[in-house]
Amino acid sequence: MTDLTNLTIASALNGLKNKEFSATELTNAHITAMENARDLNAFIVETPEIALKQAEVADVRYANGTALPLDGVPIGMKDLFCTKDTQTTAASHILEGFVPQYESTVSGKLWDAGCTMLGKLNLDEFAMGSANTTSHFGNVINPWKDQTNPNIDLVPGGSSGGSSAAVAARLCLGATGTDTGGSIRQPAAFTGTCGIKPTYGRCSRWGIVAFASSLDQAGAFARTVEDCALMLNTMCGHDAKDSTSSKQEVPDFTKALEGDLKGKKIGIPKEYRVDGMPEEIEKMWQQGMDWLKDQGAEIVDVSLPHTKYALPTYYIIAPAECSSNLARYDGIRYGQRVEGEDLTDLYELTRAQGFGEEVQRRIMIGTYVLSAGYYDAYYIKAQKVRRLITQDFENAFEQVDALLTPTAPSSAFAIGENDDDPIKMYLNDVFTVPTSLAGLPGMSVPAGLDSKGLPLGLQVIGKAWDEETVLNVARNIERAANFTAKPQILGVSKAA
Amino acid sequence: MSLTRDDVKKVARLSRLRMDDQQLDELAPKLNGILGFIEQLSEVDTDNVEPLSNVARSTLPLRDDVINDGECRDAVLANAPESEEGFFAVPKVVE
Amino acid sequence: MTHALIKGETGEWEMVIGLEVHAQVIANSKLFSGASIEFGAAPNTHVSLVDAAMPGMLPVLNQHVVEQGIKTGLGLKAQVNKYSVFARKNYFYPDLPQGYQISQSDHPIVGEGIIEVDLPDGSTKEIGITRMHLEQDAGKSVHDMHPSKSYVDLNRSGSALMEIVSEPDIRSADEAAAYVNKIRMILRYLGTCDGNMDEGSMRADVNISVRKPGDEYGTRAEIKNVNSIKAMTQAIGFEVNRQIDIIEDGGEVDQETRLWDPVKLETRALRSKEDAHDYRYFPDPDLLPLELTDELIERIKATLPELPDEKKHRFMNEFSLNAYDASVLIAEQNRAAFYETVVKTAGDAKLSANWVINELLGALNKAGKDLDDSPVIAEQLGQLVARIVDNTISGKIAKDVFADMMESGKDADLIIDEKGLKQVTDTGAIEAIIDEVIVNNPDNVAAYRGGKDKLFGFFVGQVMKASQGKANPTIVNELLKNKLS
Ligand SMILES: [Mg+2]
Ligand SMILES: [Zn+2]
Repeated sequence: MTDLTNLTIASALNGLKNKEFSATELTNAHITAMENARDLNAFIVETPEIALKQAEVADVRYANGTALPLDGVPIGMKDLFCTKDTQTTAASHILEGFVPQYESTVSGKLWDAGCTMLGKLNLDEFAMGSANTTSHFGNVINPWKDQTNPNIDLVPGGSSGGSSAAVAARLCLGATGTDTGGSIRQPAAFTGTCGIKPTYGRCSRWGIVAFASSLDQAGAFARTVEDCALMLNTMCGHDAKDSTSSKQEVPDFTKALEGDLKGKKIGIPKEYRVDGMPEEIEKMWQQGMDWLKDQGAEIVDVSLPHTKYALPTYYIIAPAECSSNLARYDGIRYGQRVEGEDLTDLYELTRAQGFGEEVQRRIMIGTYVLSAGYYDAYYIKAQKVRRLITQDFENAFEQVDALLTPTAPSSAFAIGENDDDPIKMYLNDVFTVPTSLAGLPGMSVPAGLDSKGLPLGLQVIGKAWDEETVLNVARNIERAANFTAKPQILGVSKAA
Repeated sequence: MSLTRDDVKKVARLSRLRMDDQQLDELAPKLNGILGFIEQLSEVDTDNVEPLSNVARSTLPLRDDVINDGECRDAVLANAPESEEGFFAVPKVVE
Repeated sequence: MTHALIKGETGEWEMVIGLEVHAQVIANSKLFSGASIEFGAAPNTHVSLVDAAMPGMLPVLNQHVVEQGIKTGLGLKAQVNKYSVFARKNYFYPDLPQGYQISQSDHPIVGEGIIEVDLPDGSTKEIGITRMHLEQDAGKSVHDMHPSKSYVDLNRSGSALMEIVSEPDIRSADEAAAYVNKIRMILRYLGTCDGNMDEGSMRADVNISVRKPGDEYGTRAEIKNVNSIKAMTQAIGFEVNRQIDIIEDGGEVDQETRLWDPVKLETRALRSKEDAHDYRYFPDPDLLPLELTDELIERIKATLPELPDEKKHRFMNEFSLNAYDASVLIAEQNRAAFYETVVKTAGDAKLSANWVINELLGALNKAGKDLDDSPVIAEQLGQLVARIVDNTISGKIAKDVFADMMESGKDADLIIDEKGLKQVTDTGAIEAIIDEVIVNNPDNVAAYRGGKDKLFGFFVGQVMKASQGKANPTIVNELLKNKLS
């Protein structure tokens, strides 16, 4: 039998349909992989019994010829999606033990399409972080190693670090993520996986623990562009329970994959050539342009003049929204409570002990920028710059069909490396944040390895609702890059 | 703008986050670092620019006025740290 | 004028009052969730996961509530804003599950308007409306069920409120009462709020300050928890004196939120100043701006009923009623409709007004009944009044008939018939009675003829008595005058 954990979603679906293996076998193979890779700390909760029950039903449907679109595909669920009867924590102590009595729209759609749930994936606390080092349940370890320094554990990116690590380490065929400022794309780049954040409004936010409501968007991780398209087909769609959910029709994203890029114009934003960017990333970017040219695309220089201001804008808007979104964690209706002398005591102790340092810092910044006397100078100002950033993209998309940029300014770094300096940590998202502010679709696709043997990603950014072009361009990069490298731990564990 | 320890204390109070003096002392420079970073925005000319609060690219949907939710007290109270007789219980509030 | 000045030790003081009336919107479900808003349910039953602010729950706006808001704006003769924005008002409180109230701050659905209030002395005064916005109600904390705990019930949490904010145009407790009454009346006419203060579906926050007439506004205190007009009147009385005392003693009034204590009959500071409010309003990112079309506003405008002031003025013009009678009759829509039916049947508008106001409402009040439960329906009362108008019975007999109607629910004509109460207008019959009375009272006849005019009433009484009240009084008067002269 083939190594079931090395399959793509598309090939697994084929194998299931052709009865080469059963959904139960497929799920079991991943449960074993998950159990063997606990060192990575990718999962907060493993739910093999749920996965097996779902697999069993999937097998019945395959036998009946009534299989669902993703029937029997084992996936991991970022622990930001509320899952009925399964603990959901947002990687925060304050939600430890919280068992939702409801299922998020997106996770529900995946179960309804036949996916099996291996477990709840680790993340940065409340999705606030770029390295998955702020989780109450410990750091996630990137399955990739720096070949020049293989004893050091690297970060898997964040906030969806559990998702990226699990997909890269072959613990699941796909995983959900959420992206507020780059939380899907940056970890995908750090782990050699594909990660797509669709247009804001494509996936329902209902039942996803909110970080910054005007930015949060669910998306998918997988090992191929096609697999991402397959997952999106299920995850997207209008939801009457989310007032910002779009009624745009959802196309069959897999149909967008084929075809070269003849006649397509790909923009290269000059502002993304930032100071201090490693030469290797510069080279990879150029390589990407050449690949696209080979596929018939025209490379066009464009300008996104307000790029520089995206990060400061983001670090006003996201904390402001988070300070309000996280007010509900007060120890009264659910989650952890620390008793105090009176109510104020209870609030302050519960929240001080329930939230980690980074979350508290962002709540503080958010509270401050919204407070009397500072609202206009910070929050309104940031909203104005947000409009300028959005307009930059609109202007660029009058000339081009998609944009190509590096996903992140570096490859995966060591755990703890940027912890002491929040600004340095925030700079990880310099290429992903502008897209989030504009609500546009963006995808990271693995393009190659750097000199340390670590994956690098290229980011494709599209117009609103045009995930199809994003997937098409990404598929062309994928084909040209022929990225077949695997995390070293897979080799090691096999040899063992 | 630079936050003093007292400012930080006020913000912590508004945020309902208990912090001791040492924490306040440690946090102030970090917050000031972040504020210094975000203050770059003052360079941007935003005269005549309307604030943008949402990129949803749609209009506000409205729901029909029907009762199709609620009546699920068990679910509402299921995770409560303390509930009694169908209520959430909290330390006595003196008004 | 009810423009009351209060005498202090240092001269006269004027009170300046602005009111924030919170009115629960008549609807089936909550502002942003599908849970019922029915009053009186078991704790935490009319609560959805959205109302309990579970992680990841999102608001979806109730269309009917929006339409009710538009209707109210039109009814208050106010500007309906085609662009409004829901914002978050952030503060921590156990009955506020989200940690913020979704309300409207910078861009309310309704802007400036004006209403005319009716004062006890019959005069009217215009009070400005600053704005009206839609917002979520909070839950309820119960403090008296446990010695050391408060209990939280979220049934009311998320119900839709309209907050109607007045200009600081109010200058007395009477004006404040008249204002709240008028708002209540308008909302009830519109069907947008039942105005039931007992069940908390209408509540007022009172902003109050004092100043020497002509001076700038003083520092104001906001009094919460004012749940009846009586409480409002008492709270204003207490608070005005408290503020005057502070200032006259050389102190300063604090800008603060105070609570009306209906047991101790006093206001007291609600939250410490250290907690000075900083609500950090910002547009709710879970919602988009609310944009209204002209078509929708026009469609709602077409459904507006005749409003109280319009009705009052029409009653004064069409029926020649005085302002007092008109305002009593229009106080409730069903009362006004009842009256109009009586007039239609009876013909005499003024007499109909007297009968509705004095006889019917008086009797119902005595019996503790609502107009809707009246044993005498409008057509029946109209028939009774018509019988007075067409001289079938006298007004006095009519009262007896009415009493019977209230008892039995029978038609006036039936009672008149059964009891033979039809008025005697046959001059021959009446003359016979008069002759008999004259014969039986020779002394009084002599005295009257001797100049004691006052005795005329005696003879009328005797004749009416002998006719068992059925003789037509006009004819009796005429014939008596002739016979006695
Ligand atoms: Mg108020
Ligand atoms: Zn209010």
